[in-house]
Amino acid sequence: MNAEATGKSYPPFEYEVGREKIREYAHAVGEDNPVYFDRAAATEAGFRDVAAPPMFAVVYSSGSVAPAIFDPDVGLNFAMVVHGSQEFEWGEPVCSGDVISTVTSVKDISERGGMGFYVFETVSTNQDGQEVVRGTWTNIVRGVS
Amino acid sequence: MNVELKVTPDKYLPHRYAGASGDFNPIHIDPEFAKQVGLPSNILHGLYTMAQVARANVDAAGGDPRSLKRLSVQFRGMGFPEQEISVTGKVKEVREDGRVIVQTEAAQGGKRIIRNGEAELETG
Repeated sequence: MNAEATGKSYPPFEYEVGREKIREYAHAVGEDNPVYFDRAAATEAGFRDVAAPPMFAVVYSSGSVAPAIFDPDVGLNFAMVVHGSQEFEWGEPVCSGDVISTVTSVKDISERGGMGFYVFETVSTNQDGQEVVRGTWTNIVRGVS
Repeated sequence: MNVELKVTPDKYLPHRYAGASGDFNPIHIDPEFAKQVGLPSNILHGLYTMAQVARANVDAAGGDPRSLKRLSVQFRGMGFPEQEISVTGKVKEVREDGRVIVQTEAAQGGKRIIRNGEAELETG
């Protein structure tokens, strides 16, 4: 395992949030709250526009994680990897029309009991510089030692 | 506060979630491929199941997505389409600032597929 990649960060990944993409995502995960589908309902509830469900974070931030996961410096063995755990901490809500910029960094690479833990952190901010979500993505690789 | 949600993803749910999320890993959408790599069949996206945990906790907090401040989960075991997912949770702590910490998990057929989940909710 190459722990030297710890601390490495990657260029920002930009994602523009669209109303129809929110609708598609919300529908796929079974959401029915009108704030995800209807602009009037969303603004009535105090959002700037149609709101994204919290887990929509996956849609705008995973494009930032991919280059880190595929980085040869990180050296993650795909044949043996599983998504071990996930955390999101939300800040300012994300709405249609927002432009979200996400930066990924390698938070930790370590080995415990023959398993490799590859932990990535994403920090996503909106067009006004407000933090919208902080994600911790832990991939576990079996049989590293 | 009672966290409880039951949902049965249909056969084509993983395809819709793949399109919505951008994750087209064939283990989620191609039963033949999944079997070739030693799985019983195609499996649910873990982040889809996590979205059900998020939804259950938002609902329990009154339905406002802004009430969910943090969610952490561990993925264990595999989830499958056409089997009921049951999300549960219980209040573990009410903090001084009023935020509620919920211990939450998701199971299918009695087998936990998300465990050690913790949600931080702002209520009221």
